[in-house]
Amino acid sequence: MDTSEDILQQASADLVRGSDTARPAKAARLSPSFVSWLQAGPMMLVFLAFFLIPLVFVVIVSFWDYNEYQLLPAFSGRGYTDTFEGCIAQLPELCTIAKTYVKTLKLCFLVWAITLFIGFWVAYFLAFHVKSKTWQMGLSLLCTIPFWTSNVIRMIAWIPLLGRNGLVNSGLMKTGLINQPVEWLLFSEFSVVLALVHLFTFFMVVPIFNSMIRIDKALIEAAYDAGATGFQTLVNVIIPLAKPGIVIGSIFVITIVMGDFITIGVMGGQQIAAAGKIIETRVNALQFPAAAANAVILLVITFLIITMMSRIVDIKKEL
Amino acid sequence: MTETTNKTGVSRRTLLKSTAGLAGLAAGSGAITGFPYVMSAEPKVLRYLGTAVNEGDDISKQCLKDTGIKIEYITATTDDVTKRVMTQPNSFDVLDTEYFSLKKIVPSGNILALDAKKIKQFDNITPVFTKGETPGGKKIGGQGTAPWKVLYLEGKDSKKFATSATEFVTLIPTVYNADTLGIRPDIIKRPINSWAELLNPEFKGKASILNIPSIGIMDAAMVVEATGKYKYADKGNMTKEEIDLTMKVMTEAKKAGQFRAFWKDFNESVNLMASGETVIQSMWSPAVTKVRSMGIACTFQPLKEGYRSWASGFCVSKGVSGPKLDWAYEFVNWFLSGYAGAYLNRQGYYSAVLSTAKANMEPYEWAYWMEGKAAEKDIKAPDGSLLEKAGSVRDGGSYEDRMGGVACWNAVMDENDYMVRKWNEFIAA
Repeated sequence: MDTSEDILQQASADLVRGSDTARPAKAARLSPSFVSWLQAGPMMLVFLAFFLIPLVFVVIVSFWDYNEYQLLPAFSGRGYTDTFEGCIAQLPELCTIAKTYVKTLKLCFLVWAITLFIGFWVAYFLAFHVKSKTWQMGLSLLCTIPFWTSNVIRMIAWIPLLGRNGLVNSGLMKTGLINQPVEWLLFSEFSVVLALVHLFTFFMVVPIFNSMIRIDKALIEAAYDAGATGFQTLVNVIIPLAKPGIVIGSIFVITIVMGDFITIGVMGGQQIAAAGKIIETRVNALQFPAAAANAVILLVITFLIITMMSRIVDIKKEL
Repeated sequence: MTETTNKTGVSRRTLLKSTAGLAGLAAGSGAITGFPYVMSAEPKVLRYLGTAVNEGDDISKQCLKDTGIKIEYITATTDDVTKRVMTQPNSFDVLDTEYFSLKKIVPSGNILALDAKKIKQFDNITPVFTKGETPGGKKIGGQGTAPWKVLYLEGKDSKKFATSATEFVTLIPTVYNADTLGIRPDIIKRPINSWAELLNPEFKGKASILNIPSIGIMDAAMVVEATGKYKYADKGNMTKEEIDLTMKVMTEAKKAGQFRAFWKDFNESVNLMASGETVIQSMWSPAVTKVRSMGIACTFQPLKEGYRSWASGFCVSKGVSGPKLDWAYEFVNWFLSGYAGAYLNRQGYYSAVLSTAKANMEPYEWAYWMEGKAAEKDIKAPDGSLLEKAGSVRDGGSYEDRMGGVACWNAVMDENDYMVRKWNEFIAA
């Protein structure tokens, strides 16, 4: 970071001096492509060391063999075959592992749809209805308040609220709306989705808001002048222009939810399996190659989803 | 005894007691912080990896006071402890783990067997570990990974368990207990006497079981046997068919909505029970005590089929040698010398050396916790809070009755890999 900034400063200082003393040759000493490599270099190294190389290891280990207490570095597809054991025999009925991945996708889709809906309108409100910059800043900061406490606390806080003898149930009982506590409020798919939406809506709000405030207000006025209704403006102007934000927010939410096992574990009472949970149990049982194999499968699925999304919107172009 | 005086008291006292501290005082710099003590003497620090069972601030404080050894706790779940031994054997010095984990840990060659001759109280260790019987001579059930099957190694560096006593001990026993189901008597309102009740549809949506496969499967097996569906040759070492059968019974119950949730650690089990989300579940004795100390009725219910037992103990990492190994022996010897044993007994666990623990407990405490007698005075927890009023009797009665009633031990099976896969399917079903 520092080095690239230094070089930039040096380069601009040279340029300034160059214009003064007519010495443009000095600025040309660093070729533009070299400068951009230097600028991208540190990030690239971090990316290589902490993402790509570990990822390669995960793929390699997923093809190793294992026993109770160690990895056996010999090529084996056991991690994958064990994972799908009995799946073909069970067809057309889905085996547990397939069901688990379907369940993960379903939870992911629900959370994505809900966070997108809520996130879009929160961002819309902040970008178009709040006129003053100060209020926009203030209200955006307000959105971050829940993030001042830890993830785990925000999640666990739901339990006394939704439990059999929790606030919601006792409130409903007192008003006479129900005689028996509602059981599906906690340790159910409902509570999992609720907690995930609560945790991750903010990740939708920020990128969408960021795209929306960059929309030229003149465009909206032009649409209005041309006689478009509010709905037409929304569909034909705002949504297309907010697309990059929507896609970035969606990538955040989808990648987090696909890999999540803690929230799903706690809020689902450990009864709802997710892809991340399979990996965790495998690791706990010291079956690292099988865990790696599941990680690779999960990665491929998530990667496919993201590729599909970036087909819809060319983020590189839009940014 | 009181926490408040300790904060300022301990550092000053240790300072004044030790000459090293006096030297530090003479140096004058940081007498208030107690820092010079660390500077002037070679710090005796042991990194202690284990589950939270044996770990306690009171124990580490007392240990520092008595031996000068500073204990740094690294707390992890049972599974994570094993994982850490396999993958980072140099990240800890003393290991506190359960006997059933040994079947995985010993072949990995990452731990050092301790020398029984250097353990002062070794001959006083309860026969539960060495002979598989209670001090009163009751034979204890040996299904599963019973401690006496894995207590000794053939040689110093051997990866094989010895069939008879040698001087190389895999784990020096510290603590153990007989587990059963915990229930909420105020909600259930009728006697419970069999493991089969866990699957009774009467408790639909209000039952729970723990999600640690090697322990959970044992509870499941106790249930299956109790319902009369099947009798295992060894619940702790099932065949593939037996695993399938056990998981089938549990999966059917799960699909019928029997379970409210599964729990993985102590606090989760306490919360489930205290909040009334569950009314019957597998539980650990101190968790029951905890629920009770919150003012909520909870019974650690003895059942006619007997208890599922577990035991843990100390060994050291392969990398430990020299003075550090001496400190480790010093620490293990201190741990068995009474204070810690009494501390654990007062939580509802059992200590490995009964005589030293007894010497550190009041006679009325010993009578309540160990002899199954009605409490003469109020029973207090180690932190001074009230556990039981005078006159109450411990669930399950005396040490002889409880340990004598053990049916099986937590285990790692030969078919462990298959079992874990099936367990996963059960959780996901």
